Amino acid sequence: MSTRVETEIFEGPLDLLLHLIKRNEVSITDIPIATITEQYLATLDLLQSLSLDVAGEFLVMASTLIHIKSRMLLPADDDGGDDEDEGIDPRDELVRRLLEYQRYKEAAQDLDQREVLSRDVFTRSAAPIEEAGPRGFREVSVFELLAALKRIIDRLPKDTFHEVTLEKITVREKMTHLLDVLRNQGSVLFENLFAAASSRMEIIVTFLAMLELVKVRAIRIVQDEMAGPITIEAAAVMDSAGEQAVLEQVEDEPYGA
Amino acid sequence: MEREEVKSVLESLLFVADGPLTVQRFAEVLEGVDKETIYALLQEMQSELEAPSRGLQLVEVAGGYQLRTAKVNADWVKKFLGGRPARMGRATLETLAIIAYRQPITKAEIESIRGVDVDGVITTLLERNLIRAVARKDVPGRPFLYGTTAEFLQLFNLKDLTELPTLKETDEISLPEISRDVIPLGQPEEIEAL
Repeated sequence: MSTRVETEIFEGPLDLLLHLIKRNEVSITDIPIATITEQYLATLDLLQSLSLDVAGEFLVMASTLIHIKSRMLLPADDDGGDDEDEGIDPRDELVRRLLEYQRYKEAAQDLDQREVLSRDVFTRSAAPIEEAGPRGFREVSVFELLAALKRIIDRLPKDTFHEVTLEKITVREKMTHLLDVLRNQGSVLFENLFAAASSRMEIIVTFLAMLELVKVRAIRIVQDEMAGPITIEAAAVMDSAGEQAVLEQVEDEPYGA
Repeated sequence: MEREEVKSVLESLLFVADGPLTVQRFAEVLEGVDKETIYALLQEMQSELEAPSRGLQLVEVAGGYQLRTAKVNADWVKKFLGGRPARMGRATLETLAIIAYRQPITKAEIESIRGVDVDGVITTLLERNLIRAVARKDVPGRPFLYGTTAEFLQLFNLKDLTELPTLKETDEISLPEISRDVIPLGQPEEIEAL
């Protein structure tokens, strides 16, 4: 599999955990460890089924979660008193790390809201360093994308297992297709992008094509409200030479070949 | 020298300067004019530029003064400049925030907070001159300790590091103290030679 998405776009296991905690509307200091572990592992499965390069840190966190979960299952020490661990919640260390990470995540957001040079304010002969999306829109996090992808995959009829024709779809073909659509329409709804896809394979290839284009900043994925519809739009007007250059970075081989 | 004359010179210097100018630097150029006068005139200029009809602002940043465009005009300026977007991603921003608040800090310490490898991000930040190696930590391997630069202050419109907003106390957590057993590295130029 030649298509690899840098793991850097996934902000890491702690970020994924915070995302799950927020989505479940639970408190960091009282994490329902079984639920969160299950959802965490499901996300890793999804990443791996996309052949995304799941960084080792995600796996380390998975085993930490499983370990905590097993310790939570141990019966409470009822003869009391002499156990050193008594009163220590197995989740404590993880909670401490999550809270600490969250502080810096918020600090980063605060920094981003300042008058950033060459984005909000300029000095003589400055060049812009950041292209803001259209007003009111925000860029979508990779976790939201994955959740949206999962909904699309889950919507497929379950009887697709007898699929016999080996489809030869390449990521490059899908990239070309997406760029064509955007050239004609300007933007496309995330769901509509997959409307014609008939197999899990085709959905995944389409998704990877989309990620490739995000990576080179040819397209932008935006959402105008939390949990609202996700829209894909062209980020830059690209001439055919530029388009060719982008496409050539990706091997033109059928997915999984 | 007349007061108005001095003010006019200050404005010219601000216009041609590459980066923020300190009151000290103004005083060196304007021999005989005391720093209090320069400071007062800069304050005056600052409030005059606040008028809605003015497209510039005089900001106090990274220990000096700098003319910048008014924030309300950002879209027009961007349209004029065009240029290629080089967005700062979340990973970069988060790493930068950790370094800003916890400096001097080693790569391993940053990684333990973010829970991921930060090699690539550190390289980007060093290339963009937003951080620099300030010392080496006196522990096995003698890793570099990183700190932020004046460019960092300029990027985020900060006078100095004390202007960083206080970290939010999300809960009763205690941060492990970073030990200060450091070996000074000297000037940044020497570091590049390492």
